Amino acid sequence: MPATTEFDTIAAISTPPGEGAISIVRISGEDSLKVIGRIFRGNDLSKVPSHTINYGHIKDPKTNKNVDEVMVSVMRAPKTYTCEDIIEINCHGGIVATNKILSLVLANGARMAEPGEFTKRAFLNGRVDLTEAESVMDIIRSKTDRAMEVAEGQLGGNLHKLIKDLRQDILEALAQVEVNIDYPEYDEEQVTADMMRDKATSVKKEIQKLLKTAQQGKVLRNGLATAIVGRPNVGKSSILNHLLQEDKAIVTDVAGTTRDVLEEYVNVGGVPLKLVDTAGIHDTDDKVEKIGVERSRQAIHKADLILLVLDASQPLTAEDKELLTATENKHRLILFNKSDLPAALTISDLPDVAASDVIKVSGLTGAGMEDLAAKIEGLFNQGIENSQNDVMVTNARQIGLLESADQSLTDVLNGLDQEMPLDLVQIDMTECWNKLGEITGDAAPDELITQLFSQFCLGK
Amino acid sequence: MKEFDAHDYDVVVVGAGHAGSEAALAAARMGNQTLLITINLDMVAFMPCNPSVGGPAKGVVVREVDALGGEMGRNIDKTYIQMRMLNTGKGPAVRALRAQADKNAYHRSMKATLEAEPNLTLRQGMVDSLIVEDGVCKGVVTATGARYHAKTVVLTAGTSSRGKIIIGELTYSSGPNNSIPSIKLSENLEQNGFKLRRFKTGTPPRVDGNTIDFDKTIEQPGDKEVNHFSFETPDSVYLKDQLSCWMTYTNPTTHKIIRDNLDRAPMFTGVIKGVGPRYCPSIEDKVVRFADKPRHQIFLEPEGRDTDEYYVGDFSTSMPEEIQQKMIHSVAGLEHAHMMRPGYAIEYDVIEPWQLHPTLETKVIKNLYTAGQMNGTSGYEEAAGQGIMAGINAALRAQGKEPFVLKRSDAYIGVMIDDLVTKGTNEPYRLLTSRAEYRLLLRHDNADLRLTEKGHDLGLISDERYAKFVAKRDAINNELKRLDSIRIKPAQVKDFLLEKGKSPLKDGVLASEFLRRPEVSYDDLLKFIPASPEPLDRRVIEQVEIQTKYAGYIKKELAQVDKLKRSEAKKIPDNIDYDAIDGLATEAHQKLKKIQPETIAQAMRISGVNPADIAILSVYIQQGKIAKVKPA
Repeated sequence: MPATTEFDTIAAISTPPGEGAISIVRISGEDSLKVIGRIFRGNDLSKVPSHTINYGHIKDPKTNKNVDEVMVSVMRAPKTYTCEDIIEINCHGGIVATNKILSLVLANGARMAEPGEFTKRAFLNGRVDLTEAESVMDIIRSKTDRAMEVAEGQLGGNLHKLIKDLRQDILEALAQVEVNIDYPEYDEEQVTADMMRDKATSVKKEIQKLLKTAQQGKVLRNGLATAIVGRPNVGKSSILNHLLQEDKAIVTDVAGTTRDVLEEYVNVGGVPLKLVDTAGIHDTDDKVEKIGVERSRQAIHKADLILLVLDASQPLTAEDKELLTATENKHRLILFNKSDLPAALTISDLPDVAASDVIKVSGLTGAGMEDLAAKIEGLFNQGIENSQNDVMVTNARQIGLLESADQSLTDVLNGLDQEMPLDLVQIDMTECWNKLGEITGDAAPDELITQLFSQFCLGK
Repeated sequence: MKEFDAHDYDVVVVGAGHAGSEAALAAARMGNQTLLITINLDMVAFMPCNPSVGGPAKGVVVREVDALGGEMGRNIDKTYIQMRMLNTGKGPAVRALRAQADKNAYHRSMKATLEAEPNLTLRQGMVDSLIVEDGVCKGVVTATGARYHAKTVVLTAGTSSRGKIIIGELTYSSGPNNSIPSIKLSENLEQNGFKLRRFKTGTPPRVDGNTIDFDKTIEQPGDKEVNHFSFETPDSVYLKDQLSCWMTYTNPTTHKIIRDNLDRAPMFTGVIKGVGPRYCPSIEDKVVRFADKPRHQIFLEPEGRDTDEYYVGDFSTSMPEEIQQKMIHSVAGLEHAHMMRPGYAIEYDVIEPWQLHPTLETKVIKNLYTAGQMNGTSGYEEAAGQGIMAGINAALRAQGKEPFVLKRSDAYIGVMIDDLVTKGTNEPYRLLTSRAEYRLLLRHDNADLRLTEKGHDLGLISDERYAKFVAKRDAINNELKRLDSIRIKPAQVKDFLLEKGKSPLKDGVLASEFLRRPEVSYDDLLKFIPASPEPLDRRVIEQVEIQTKYAGYIKKELAQVDKLKRSEAKKIPDNIDYDAIDGLATEAHQKLKKIQPETIAQAMRISGVNPADIAILSVYIQQGKIAKVKPA
């Protein structure tokens, strides 16, 4: 594990998602003021008195553009909840804006807080008492139970593999440098600055490609593109209505447009969904013939997540089967709608579908909608890759780590430009390798030494 | 054997190799009556393997030992026959000083130093058992029945513990270089509850220098430029008349001889059971594992001025003597070489180092310390580094004082001991620069700046040397400050930069900023600014240059160290009951219980202990504190 996480500066959205007009992003830790300083436009917060609230804007330091108009509370240690410096950014509610601010905070020096971590710190710093501590222990414990699951299942296979490959690339470069340091008398291939530069450049390119998928922000910034598909009359619109009703705060609805608008945002289980082609669904009831499988196909193409609705009170039709095939390679959830009626369809009718991807719902009674929300949240937390088999990064923690890895590579290239000795340039290369390792959970410090001995013939 | 009470001491050190010598000197110099017992007084500070001291990481340890008032640096400076700075083309963090030793002179000089030490008694003898009462070590008993009581005991048994030498089909019980092995002490340690394991290491053959055809080899002379290990050694004594080493290569014939005889190689026939080091494989191991390499380097190193023996470096082997001879004769320059000693493998007992505290006191028996190869390391420098730490801590305990531990960010010695006690080791442990996460901070050139203060506090650095050190430190800081106060105008350096192919400055810069440019040396800088009011020593200038040029990287590493500080400061109580903590993952629970980390930072470094486990542990410890203050 990275040895330093215990006292990192941490951040999280501290208001429940999607509720109210204001959301709060909270930052706690020694670097809180530094982090906010990098992304705040307004008074110099390092100079304002403690326990004040300050008007200004959050900016993206890369583009220097304003992201949101905010009020920022500055509370200096020790008289704060965690006994550390705390910053609270009060921003306009809504998952998109709030997530954008959170990801800026994470890219500028904070780390995503673990569940219960603010309270844990409050306790460790002597702020809360024993009874409160008990509940913190419970939170941490429940997390431990999941730890294995998370470590193994957190990443999509493609992302995991890509990061692993990048790390191996870096590791080989590091081993080259190391061998020349520890065994200067050996005639192993001299590592040239060019080789480090090549590796740094190629890895950087891959990381930036990944970050681009994050910036396209299908999830964090813009919502997860989701299509509700199904043949006519399976009840798509009633499910859509449930999603819309359950979501008290529609995040974005492009003003002044009609139902022909292609996109609508809903918040399900804390996950922003960008619904693709809802117009098609709203229209279905009266124009059944015109909108069929073909239109669904287009929606499927655009979406990262498919909610395929089947009418469970009837056997599968040819159209259902076509849609099942068309969505095969997508992230999809299959909704057995009309679960309030006697079932004519069971999971065994769908031999190629995992039972865990099937959810029984009723558009009429609303049954099963909570399961659907939980499922979507689960998918989101695992990270979702899009259909073209391109790897996509979706989670704020991963984005933050990738951005620091990218920064380290910039430092590597700068160091090379300044003709710094390779063993110094390597400090940044190693840092990049560590950050990538934090994404996959592989950060075994002995990896390098093992690589050294397997790659080279050494010794006396 | 009838036992008798011999003399009582404050500290008894067992074994006078590189660890034991440092341990005994440190304890004695800190004012303890100290006994150093060793099997053979003619093997004090003996070098049974390569005749050299230093190199990457190891050389830094020698300077660290020196800054703590240890002897290795001074001793090699008195007895080297060649000095070389390695990695000169690389950054300052990895430059490494290495000396070829006159191994007999090294031994004699160290023995003389031990003999001259007022509080120290040298005695030849074999320690068979420990005197242990209620889990506390009270002394040792020798094979002749002598009982020595002591407040603390340091064991540095090296490869003597149930040592077994292997040459081809021949195996026999022996310590290094055919010395008497220590058998009973190992048994006694097991009876006392220590977990031991077998390691293996080896040494190459030695050949007669008169029979080497040096014309067929490549000469590797020593440096002209002056360097020594010890802060105390003046430049003026630098050796002009150095001996060279010589380089040659194995070839396909050598490899064929080895491959044709693998059925007689104990490495591959199962005779050798101990685990050998990956970084120091035997030549047969290299030929097998890296079959596509057409040749391997060999270094011919003189063993001293008064001997013709040459060490055949990187040619470690335990093949039968007959085959060794053939292998040697297949190498260019060694066609007619006369083998004086065959190479051999040696198996020996080590104690699993996770049974130690970071002070090198054992967890199994109080007031007992272990150091050196016995703790699973290899190398003279690693041994010396542990030796001085064990000696210091044994001395402090004997005097009822607080222990002394170096952090990973303080010294390579700290990295090594933390690795050993936190992770254990599955092979003989060698220090490598890649084991240190802050290697830019742990340079050989700043070992004195890092540790002299501590050495002085311990009473191991004389006031006179300390005053010299403070003067050096002040000179560095003053010059750094001065360079931060002088401005250079673009016009001043325009021609200089043009000549170097660089574009001219747009604005004036501080002298320190100008020095940061890769093409500018301190000497260059002096062309544009006045010289320092006081003449500066070359070592001061070196520090000014390094600390200025690499300030950005140094700052990065310091920031990381700083982040760890709070976790280092969080102590885990000695009496913590890991069974009573709910929610720890099984692996974390087992490892924490086994290793008993002393701080949260150490716990974090144990593989298999996850952040969630650390959280639970932290909360548990804090609960204990609250419970004490206000009972629920």
